[in-house]
Amino acid sequence: MTRFLLKGLFYDKSRSRLPIIVVAVGVMLTVFMNAYITGFMGDTIEMNARFTHGHLKVMTKAYAENEGQLPNDLAMTEVSALKEELSGRFPELDWAARIHFGGLVDVPDEQGETRSQGPAAGMGIDLLSPESREAERLNIRESIVRGRMVQNPGEALMADQFSQKLKVNPGDEVTLIGSTMHGSMSMYNFKVAGTVSFGTEALDRGSIILDIEDARLALDMYDAAGELIGLFKTGFYDDTHAMEIAREFNTPFETDGNEYAPVMKSLTQQGSMGQLVKMLDVWSVYIIAVFILAMALVLWNAGLLGGLRRYGEFGVRLAMGEEKNHLYRTLIYESIFIGIAGAIIGTSIGLLFAAWVQEKGINISGLMEGSAMMYPSAIRTRITPADYYIGFIPGLFSTVVGTMLAGIGIYKRKTSQLFKELEA
Amino acid sequence: MDKNEIIQIKELKKIFPMGKSEFTALNDINLSLGKGEFTGLIGPSGSGKTTLLNIVGSLDTPTSGEAWVLDQSIGKLTAKEAAQLRKKNLGFIFQSYNLLAVHNVFENVEFPLLLLKIGAAERRKMVMDALEWLGLTDKVRSKPPQLSGGECQRVAIARAMVKRPSLVLADEPTANLDAANSHHILQTMVKLNEELKTTFLFATHDEKVIGYLKRKIYLFDGKVAKDEWVTSNQTAK
Repeated sequence: MTRFLLKGLFYDKSRSRLPIIVVAVGVMLTVFMNAYITGFMGDTIEMNARFTHGHLKVMTKAYAENEGQLPNDLAMTEVSALKEELSGRFPELDWAARIHFGGLVDVPDEQGETRSQGPAAGMGIDLLSPESREAERLNIRESIVRGRMVQNPGEALMADQFSQKLKVNPGDEVTLIGSTMHGSMSMYNFKVAGTVSFGTEALDRGSIILDIEDARLALDMYDAAGELIGLFKTGFYDDTHAMEIAREFNTPFETDGNEYAPVMKSLTQQGSMGQLVKMLDVWSVYIIAVFILAMALVLWNAGLLGGLRRYGEFGVRLAMGEEKNHLYRTLIYESIFIGIAGAIIGTSIGLLFAAWVQEKGINISGLMEGSAMMYPSAIRTRITPADYYIGFIPGLFSTVVGTMLAGIGIYKRKTSQLFKELEA
Repeated sequence: MDKNEIIQIKELKKIFPMGKSEFTALNDINLSLGKGEFTGLIGPSGSGKTTLLNIVGSLDTPTSGEAWVLDQSIGKLTAKEAAQLRKKNLGFIFQSYNLLAVHNVFENVEFPLLLLKIGAAERRKMVMDALEWLGLTDKVRSKPPQLSGGECQRVAIARAMVKRPSLVLADEPTANLDAANSHHILQTMVKLNEELKTTFLFATHDEKVIGYLKRKIYLFDGKVAKDEWVTSNQTAK
């Protein structure tokens, strides 16, 4: 009997191949969607991590308390040694020193007199070391509107909106007026290599980006930096692991009263990022739940229609003397087989596709042409352990429930009624 | 019930609910069929012949009255007992053949034997015997869509006969066949009736079928209008 049923299942395309394809497509979409949502939500967090918070950030305790004021007088010193130590202890992270500073940008005319001036929010990052990934991390090359990337010491990038306000063009020389980390006045000339657009009003209004060594020279911060940010080499934030690393690093300094002692904070321990991460997690759960529900309804319906379509066959089998219970059981076994086969195929294809998009990304730079905003140039998925089983919810569960519901008709209808449907 | 009787029906009524009203499909039917009969329920559409066939086939139950088939009261059978009765003793032949399209001829005929859990070797022999009776041994591996209408109905007869049932119920078996195929099918059934002593009960209004019947039970508006036996020289051959 089993052989007979299996033969029927394999021979009948509309009973096996078609439902398996429908289930596989539904499961594939569910798996890919879950990976996509996770990746998309992750990207939002990553944008914040790359620009400001890092996955982990090391500062002095005093700097951390006054971070909003960019207090470079409370910056860390001997940063190279600390960075080396961090790289050794936590090799799963890429570490980079950054300096945030405020100042006034002065644009001189041909006689050297001030032509225009504006307040600037500056960032010193490693743009010139060959091993540095900072430019790539901030997507700077793709965000250049005019001019070119910084290639030599003494060059800087300026927010395009800010440069237009000050009537500055690439190649122009401007002066940064600020204060050193020791509190004295600082004036530093640099050449504008290019202009960039960040896509957010706060940054476009007055940002400048210097190579960190230029920032150190300008602010008298030899081997110093306001912060050291660490980013997981996997490219994705792992809150549990980040918290463990922060706890491990901070333990020896917990009782240290020195305000210049370092402190490490995970992304979720900084400002409102904890709330944002939680909010994104909740949103992603809602979105995925709605999608799974929709897919479940589709597959449920497919199971239901698959069962209804076969009422005629059921009529013949019942007429031959097959018992309703046996018929119902075989129907459920078939749907379990279809659900499992479809879920395995769909999960495999969904994972493969998600892995490809995670690795290669879908290039959306074409969509960003003209907007000149600092967006990631590619959409990436993120495969999590949930992707290995999430497709089985709509794939197996819904298919079987749909079939079970359709099969109830076997009991509700009199055999002679099934017979009539058969004759129709 | 007489030991030579295979079916006995007493004061049988079947009423179907039609929304708020009712439709009486069968009204006060009294009949008995002996073993080995070749009988037809004859009547126009709506006369109740298929309903009566369904009740005799334990596919439906009477509203009142009694229908005994092979010493079993149809109205009192549980679903499981009714399935057992059909599985062991009844064969069905349908107007539109109702073969399982994805299975080949052998598998279609084999299905009733699978339900009876007959061993593979015996099953094979029984299937091949049935196909031989119906002249289908060259079509063993063919699937229904590859067969003509006449061949399909022969497969359906083989499927109904393979387990050597006591009673075969045939609902308009020639309705989808041309005259030549109809006669061929009917001659085959007459032969099976005579050689295997299987009882045949038809529901029909096809003159070709009526011509082969040995007993004609006319139904009209759910009642037996006439019940007549045909002498051997009156039947078609």
